[in-house]
Amino acid sequence: MTNHVHREAETTSFRRSLSIQWRVVKALLMREIITRYGRHNIGFAWLFAEPMMFTVGVVILWSLFHDIGASHHISAVAYTLTGYSTVLVWRNTIGRCTLAVEPNQALLFHRNVRVIDLFLSRVILEIGGATLSMLVLMSLFMAAGVIDVPFNVMDMIIAWAMLAWYAAAMGFLIGGLTEFSELVERFWHPIAYFQLPVSGALAMASWLPANVRSVVLLFPTANCVELFRYGYFGDAVKPYYDLGYVAVVNLLLTWSGLAVVAAASRRVEPQ
Amino acid sequence: MIELREISKRYSTRAGKRTVIDQVSLRVAPGERVGILGRNGAGKSTLIRLISGSELPDSGKIVRSMSVSWPLAFSGGFQGSLTGLDNLRFVCRVYGASHQKALPFVEEFSELGEYLREPVKKYSSGMRARLAFAISMAIEFDCFLIDEVIAVGDARFHDKCNHELFDRRRDRAMILVSHDSHRIREVCTRACVLDAGRLYEFADIDHAFDYYESKQQTTT
Repeated sequence: MTNHVHREAETTSFRRSLSIQWRVVKALLMREIITRYGRHNIGFAWLFAEPMMFTVGVVILWSLFHDIGASHHISAVAYTLTGYSTVLVWRNTIGRCTLAVEPNQALLFHRNVRVIDLFLSRVILEIGGATLSMLVLMSLFMAAGVIDVPFNVMDMIIAWAMLAWYAAAMGFLIGGLTEFSELVERFWHPIAYFQLPVSGALAMASWLPANVRSVVLLFPTANCVELFRYGYFGDAVKPYYDLGYVAVVNLLLTWSGLAVVAAASRRVEPQ
Repeated sequence: MIELREISKRYSTRAGKRTVIDQVSLRVAPGERVGILGRNGAGKSTLIRLISGSELPDSGKIVRSMSVSWPLAFSGGFQGSLTGLDNLRFVCRVYGASHQKALPFVEEFSELGEYLREPVKKYSSGMRARLAFAISMAIEFDCFLIDEVIAVGDARFHDKCNHELFDRRRDRAMILVSHDSHRIREVCTRACVLDAGRLYEFADIDHAFDYYESKQQTTT
């Protein structure tokens, strides 16, 4: 038999650690996909079919009942699509990170599986699902001629990446905190819900009075959505955003998120 | 070589910090079979988890210059909705081993037949244990960690496990924890006693047993 795990050096180089971590995260990803979506019917495609169904429903509701677009001379469908897709990124990613350790605790018996890997695999899966769902819907609507092609794709990519970074950092932070107290999980759901008005998805900053706008733009998501929409609609909208500010907030969140996960993993005992 | 350098582990309880492992040092050379005797609650399982690296010590250092297994024959960690094969794939991926290479052995050894491709939640406890042991043997390590005696399935399967572990892998290092001194005498080359978190090493295996027996008598 040749399935022998070898080990010669007493210390592990950074490159080797990185390759081990990627191997473990990949294994967790595969496991999570099969556990959550199974092999029946469309299987893995549920990863983005599920958020797609959500988005389509919201697009229909919003364009039927409060036609924001028309009063601002932009497509209601495109407006909702660019808004609700971003909500899924942060809401699903952070939501999936809450109490992520407990169901996988037994896996920590394998030395290379660390608490951070459990979070990483969930973050990657959720961001991947939300991104695929957005891409598929955008392409479908564009191909069907329902919405126009984007004005500046690069701005959209940058905005999406900053949003994904925020979601990952918050996922570590909130997910890590739920290991200290389950109350965090209970409080997170209403907080996430009431965060919608300041998430930038519902209204553009330029439509708001200046004092409200300054409050909304304190939230990194609002800044990202502004840029994302500017990338899509171009000069049809007037965006307000500060990427430098978002980067600083994201860095602080990443730092505290990783610190909380590190502290949480010291508390976790394999069963 | 595995080297534990004055490792300690404390757990928080309602009554405050409790020291479970207290400044334990141990060296295990390649091919050595070390038995660790201890009563229930002596900290055996904690020590095994610390050696395996699934838990980190609060102080001290563990140096591993040989590959170390996870604690055998551990049957947790199986996702009920995944098949036995999925669980094998997962473990192989984590250790960077090939599941194609491991499959024939696991099929043959676990005797699960068609059930290998059924969700683990349909397994009986005996089937789970067989799968766990087969997967444990599918990946090779320089040192195997064994928590308690492997009492898996019927006597025939038990013998099969013993043969696989103690005969076919006689060149490997092993650390076996148990409260059963007969078992350790059978398979180990050296024995230690874990008592209230402290590890006592003995040059001679019989001295370890004498000490363990005397400890048991004083408390019962």
